[in-house]
Amino acid sequence: MSRRNNITGAVVVGASAFSAIAIIAIIIVILVVIVIGGKDRMTWEFITAFPENGMTEGGIFPAIYGTALMVIIMSVAAVPFGTITALYLTEYTSEKSIFAQTIRFAVRTLATVPSIIFGLFGLGFFIKFVGGEMDSVFLGGQLKWGQPNILWASLTMSLLTLPVVIVSVEEAIRTVPRELLEASLALGATKWQTIRKVVIPGSISGILTGTILAISRGAGEVAPILFTGAAYYLATLPTSLSDQFMNLGYHIYIMSTQSADVDGTMPIQFATTLVLLLLTFLLNFIAILIRARIRRKAIV
Amino acid sequence: MKSYTFTKESLRKKFRLSEFLSEKIITGFALLSITIIILIFVFVFRETIPLFTSKERPTGSREELVQEQYGVVPEPRPDQLQRQEVYGIEPDSALMGNREYSTEEHAAGQERRVTVKGLLGDEWYPVSSNPRYGLIPLMVGTIKITLIAMLFAAPIAILAALFSSAFAPTWLREWIKPAIELLAGFPSVVIGFFALMVMATVLQELFGYETRLNAFVGGIAMALAAIPIIYTITEDALTAIPGTYKEASLALGASKWQTALFVTLPAATPGVFAAILLGIGRVFGETMIALMATGNAGLISANPFESVRTLAATIGAEMAEVVFGDTHYGVLFLIGSLLFVFTFSLNALAEFYIKGRLMKRIQGKIA
Repeated sequence: MSRRNNITGAVVVGASAFSAIAIIAIIIVILVVIVIGGKDRMTWEFITAFPENGMTEGGIFPAIYGTALMVIIMSVAAVPFGTITALYLTEYTSEKSIFAQTIRFAVRTLATVPSIIFGLFGLGFFIKFVGGEMDSVFLGGQLKWGQPNILWASLTMSLLTLPVVIVSVEEAIRTVPRELLEASLALGATKWQTIRKVVIPGSISGILTGTILAISRGAGEVAPILFTGAAYYLATLPTSLSDQFMNLGYHIYIMSTQSADVDGTMPIQFATTLVLLLLTFLLNFIAILIRARIRRKAIV
Repeated sequence: MKSYTFTKESLRKKFRLSEFLSEKIITGFALLSITIIILIFVFVFRETIPLFTSKERPTGSREELVQEQYGVVPEPRPDQLQRQEVYGIEPDSALMGNREYSTEEHAAGQERRVTVKGLLGDEWYPVSSNPRYGLIPLMVGTIKITLIAMLFAAPIAILAALFSSAFAPTWLREWIKPAIELLAGFPSVVIGFFALMVMATVLQELFGYETRLNAFVGGIAMALAAIPIIYTITEDALTAIPGTYKEASLALGASKWQTALFVTLPAATPGVFAAILLGIGRVFGETMIALMATGNAGLISANPFESVRTLAATIGAEMAEVVFGDTHYGVLFLIGSLLFVFTFSLNALAEFYIKGRLMKRIQGKIA
């Protein structure tokens, strides 16, 4: 092999190694910067207290509470729908059926639609159409549901996280051994009985993974809730589905771009970002652990 | 001994209500994802219709318009006031860039129409006394940001994918892949925050340009969001190339890097292409990073160190403050429709490349 070739080879390998290292390095830099910037402020009090003094002091409890409430409502909507769609795709239809392929295409499209579009959809469909109709039918035009609130924000978010649930449940269902299924059918169980007693129990950890991944995604997204329910500041926690709510990601956005004192509240912003990052990482980490267990089980 | 005879009757599946119902219900739920896509199309487009139809109509007051469209009993004013109170967003905050903002005139304004010519104008001043809804600066800004982001993201992500699929030892690969997937788990508001607080300052000191938040900073931050997508899909495409390709190349005396660069990578081009398309789609629709790190001024210029305002960021910044049903509201939905159509086509195209070309090529059906 000629010397020129050797040099080109070294350049190719070197450049590709450099790219991989550069990506890892920037991840580490982001983590380190945010941890250093936020660690002093990260106290128990910060997590459990209300914001004070026009959000320049105090904690972020309402934002954490609002985010948690939103992801719970979101999961209640997204997980059953996602699981059932995954069941249909794996058990009730063949790969080749046009209908199934259309559903798959729709799911992939849902996964790539920009999150701000979900926000627009939430506004146009949930708030203006569904909410507006509810108001005029049940409340005689009194404005209650036809405005941004936590229910509409959560439902908007559930559409965004639906593909996440579908994909991971589908993966889990495929790891349920076919023999178990066949054995159940051979013993005379019907298809629905088999699904209820064999498939769903066998893929419960996949459903759990999907839920956790969806929560992690939903907790971090801000664009869909910008105008479907997130609020800048609320003195009280949301108590009803028609209340607005505070949200961690939205809080970071507002504090860092529109706060009265951006520089003064810097530690709060970093600490809030740290909380959000820890939350999403923790959730992702749990999901990875469960997923690893599923894969091990599938091999054995 | 009595022998069983199987008749057509006895072999027929017995009708069970629970089976029938469960199958129908599950199919119905599965339809939902298709329905959602259709609904998104319908409802995002629906809000833009008044923009174009109001031209033929005699101009009426806005209150009437709102009523006609939504059937909600009027009072759009208190609604809007309340929204402003709740959001508490200062209209003249830094975020609004050089926008002229005058709520008074806006409220007193008369019915306004939008023409195609108006939409192709080069000024975006939606809330001045003489509102102009020119989308050109927003499109230029979006394209500029996308170009900058892809210029950074595509080479880095593709090279990293090449490294982890071809050169890295197995133990290293098992670290790189999850680490980069971790980056995909970063909420975009966190990347935007990092770009706004840290990257903008560092880059300004390095390059010494004037505007702190500009297309360059925004583009690099967007690249961080696009890298995991491009990396993952490229990596998948590279590892999907059959081992026989590699073995044949190595057997012919090619070295490892020659095989990777001249055999594996070319074979995976449809996958790489799809990865870049999806990366573009991600950057195009990214809202939070654009809102936080690009400066949000709708300028038309080729200078990467000037602020830009993207399509998605415009929706995100202005939708919370518009009067429901007025022209500005419709134009924002029109922008949303554009974004949606664009990313939808990109996704369809990427699908075609992965499903159609990559798979066929791997199976040896096309050269």
